[in-house]
Parts: sequence; C-alpha cells; structure tokens
Amino acid sequence: MSAAFLQIKGLEKRFDGVKALAGFSCSVGEGEILGLIGPNGAGKTTLFNVISGFLAADRGKALYRGKDLIGMSPHRIANSGVARTFQNLRLIRQLSILDNVLLSFRNQPGERLGNVFFRWKKCIQSEEENRQKAFSLLKETGLAEKANGPAEDLSYGQQKLLSLVCCLAAEADLLLLDEPVAGIAPEAIEKILEIIRRLPSQGKSVILIEHNLDAVMEVCDRVVFMDAGAKVSEGTPEEVRNDPKVIEAYIG
Amino acid sequence: MTRPLMEYLLHILILIGIYVILASSLNLIAGYTGILSIAHAAFYGIGAYVAALMALRLETSFLVNVFCAIALSGILGAVVGIPSLRIRDDYFVIATFAFQVITFSVLNNWVSFTSGPMGLPGIPQPVIFGWVVSSHWDYLVLVFCFAALTWWIVRRIALSPFGRVLQAIREDEVFALATGKNVALYKVLVFIIGAGLAAIAGSLYAVYISFIDPTSFTVMESIFIISIVIIGGAGSLWGPVVGAVVLVTLPELLRFVGLPSAFAANVRQILYGGLLVAFMMWRPRGFLGEYSFQSGEVRE
Repeated sequence: MSAAFLQIKGLEKRFDGVKALAGFSCSVGEGEILGLIGPNGAGKTTLFNVISGFLAADRGKALYRGKDLIGMSPHRIANSGVARTFQNLRLIRQLSILDNVLLSFRNQPGERLGNVFFRWKKCIQSEEENRQKAFSLLKETGLAEKANGPAEDLSYGQQKLLSLVCCLAAEADLLLLDEPVAGIAPEAIEKILEIIRRLPSQGKSVILIEHNLDAVMEVCDRVVFMDAGAKVSEGTPEEVRNDPKVIEAYIG
Repeated sequence: MTRPLMEYLLHILILIGIYVILASSLNLIAGYTGILSIAHAAFYGIGAYVAALMALRLETSFLVNVFCAIALSGILGAVVGIPSLRIRDDYFVIATFAFQVITFSVLNNWVSFTSGPMGLPGIPQPVIFGWVVSSHWDYLVLVFCFAALTWWIVRRIALSPFGRVLQAIREDEVFALATGKNVALYKVLVFIIGAGLAAIAGSLYAVYISFIDPTSFTVMESIFIISIVIIGGAGSLWGPVVGAVVLVTLPELLRFVGLPSAFAANVRQILYGGLLVAFMMWRPRGFLGEYSFQSGEVRE
C-alpha cells in the first residue's frame, strides 16, 4: 500500500444515542480504489457526510494529505480536492446538463463578482475553456448530444453518470462515490465502472460505497466491510467476500 | 396632445422605470437565488431618505447622495443577509419582515432626524454635471438611464458563472456546497447588491416626487414589488420589466372607468390581490418566469 493519502482515525458520530460511527478507522492510498460495503444503517453514508463536511464528527480525524478535514466547511473540503456524489442523486435538474458540469469546475474566475464586472474578458475566456473540457467529458460518456437539455430529461442511470462526470470536472483527487451503480441498467453499470476503473491511472483515489457486490469485486483494489459504525473486515475483495464474519452479517 | 396628458403619461413611465429598478434588484435575490425577502421597500426607503436628507441638510450633489444611499443600504443588506445563512425559507421571510417593520418604525418615529410622519418636503432638484433635472422629460431620461444600468448589472450577473452558482443555490444548496461554492458568501453578496440597487430607486423617487414620508415604504410596498417579480416572472431578465409595466399601468386604467377616487384605491388593492392569486393558481411562473415559488414536489 502506498503512503496514506487519506487517513481516517477513530471517527465517531452519534445520532440521539445511536452510534452511526463508532471509532471508524481506515486509510486510502494514492491511486487506490477502496470499496466500502456493509448492511443498511452501517454508517457508510454517514462516513461520507462526515468526510465531506456535511456532518460534524463528535471525535476523530480525517487526514487528507496530512490536513484534517474535520471541522472544515463543505465548500472548502470540495475545493481542496475531495468530490462526492450522493446516494439520492443531487443535480440541478432545472439547469442544462452542460451547466451542471460547468458548475462543477473549481476556482472559476467568473464566479468572483469583481471579475464579472471588471475582468469580463477573463471570465469569458475561462468559461470557453471549461465549456470545451465539459464537452469532451460529456462526449466520452455519451451525454454530449443532450448537453443543452435539462438534466431532468436524463434517465436515472444517465443522471448517475452525469454526477460522476461532475466529479471529474471538479478535478478532484479523492472521489467519494455513494452507490454509483445502484438501480441502473447493466449497460450503464458497465459504462460507469469503466470510468471508475480508469481513475487510478490519473492519480485519483476513490472510496466506493456499493451494494452491488459484483461491481465492488470488479473494480476495487481493497474492500472494507463495515457494520454498526465500525470496521469488521478488511482486505482484498476475495478475502472480504470469504470472511466468515462478513458472510454471517449478510446471511445471518 | 395636451400638456397635462403628456405629463401624466411621462409620470407613468417614470414610475415604471423606478419599479423596474426595484423589481430587477429583488429578482436577483428572490428570482435567481431563491431567497424570498419582504424587506425590499425598506431598502427603497433607506435610499430615499439618505438621498433626501443629504440633499436637504448637507446640500451635496445628487450623484454623491446616490452613492451614499447605495453604500448604507448595501451595508444594511449584509446585516439582513447574514441571518439567511442560519434560518431557512419561511423563517427567513419573517426575519426580513422584522427588518421591514423596524425600518418603517425608525423612519416614522425618529422625528428629530427624519421628521417622522410629516415627511420631508422640498427635496431639491438634482443637478448632474451642470444638468438641472427639472422637467418630466429630464426625469424620464434620468430614471431610464438608472433603470437600464440596473437591468444591465442584473443581466451581467445572471449570465455569468456567478449567476449560475446563484441558480444552483436556489435549486439545491447542498449540491452547490458539494461543488465547492461558498454559498454563504454568495447569499450575502446578493443581498448587498440587491439592497444597493433598491436604494438607487429610492434616491430617484425622492428627487422626482420631491416629498417623501414613511408611508411610501411599508410592507405593502414590499409586497407590491414581490408581485411585480412574480407576475412578471421570477428568474427571468425581462420578467420584472413586463411586471412593472403591467402592475403600474393596470390600476391607472381604473381611473378611466370612472370610479369614484375613494373607491378606486380599494379596487386597486383587490386587483393586486386577485392578480397574485390568479397567477399562483394558473401561472406560477408569471409571464416570463423560469422559477416558481413552489416546493420541489409540486413543481412541474
């Protein structure tokens, strides 16, 4: 395993006495795809919400490149290179597909009010560059044709694909993907997995929450099984799949 | 065309111009960013009083007064905008209502400074680089220039990446945060700009009518401005313009039906109320709107 890129240490989060995270620890290396599996209510999405700053942790650390993400606001975490998708799909459905992608680029000059009025040329120029980048991303994923239509016209699977494209546009180095292939057609699954598989070669790391175990086994370098807010098992996909504790939790 | 008729028509056009400024600036806050505020008449009033008091007491020139009106209103806009970071939707409307009521009370009760209910008469005509604004035509040109400037500012913002973030905040704040946008900063900035622009309308109104009193800046006025935005179409650039034309001219038409004047004022209120209800029921997006004030589930 390469040097710790993301190191999660003893994260705790309680909701009215229920421990959603009970001292969860794990680490992700640079260019690694970590699968996170476990039953419903195991605390997987809570973990994402804590790492991405949407929920405050009660205790623990999440060191991303040595910097603790806990206590930082969501937009600062996103700007430091951590992108996420949401289980219940968050996109701006009323805006065009292209606008959703454009929105995801970080540090746009045109998002500063001063530039909007006094350096308009610079805004236009960077917008044009982003537009081209967005189009090439959409082309690669087969969404380019409908780029100017509203995002709500896309099928469920395509919307999941689009939220992944948004993470790519953010040029994040750590992607937190919450059930990217759940509930979509097999061809679409293949397409999404193909994109995920290519991420490490671009130096990106991934934590993947997914109930579709075949998908997890296919793309993940390492898998963590969590239950009741804690890590139960960890290892290669094969090892975790054959771990009696995991089998017991899933079947028993 | 007789002179009084001409002046009457110019008067209507000047009022339309002032309401285009008010509605466009509120559109930035409510239409693009999705934060409903019923404090807009307060910023309008603050602008009017700053411009009037400075002209009367300090005898400074109009453009200086407008600048100070924008500055003070903008600062107070930030004060109102900051709670919007902590309280959401319906509750925030109440907070803006409180600001509206407080502003009215200050204008009405701080008699030594604002003359209270007696109002401020005799506000001098503006002079801009030697141009004495005196006739109705002059005022129309002045108001038109500021209305065009305001409209252009709102347009520039709306069509920029900054404006795209505003729309993202309106539709889904969590997504905006997840894409790294400093939602709090955007909201406060939008409030500062919206309040500052409303102050321009106030300054123009003060010098045009040459008399102001607090009753022009009540919550009813705020609701009138919101009606213009909603009926014209929230989140569209031309919506506030269409809304201002319709809502300013429509009650004027009542004059020609021959209703007694005491009766006509009441009919006007009924008309606004009825229009608003009708639009909410049959065309919640207004004439040109992109965005309707409905919950996500109800929205088409």
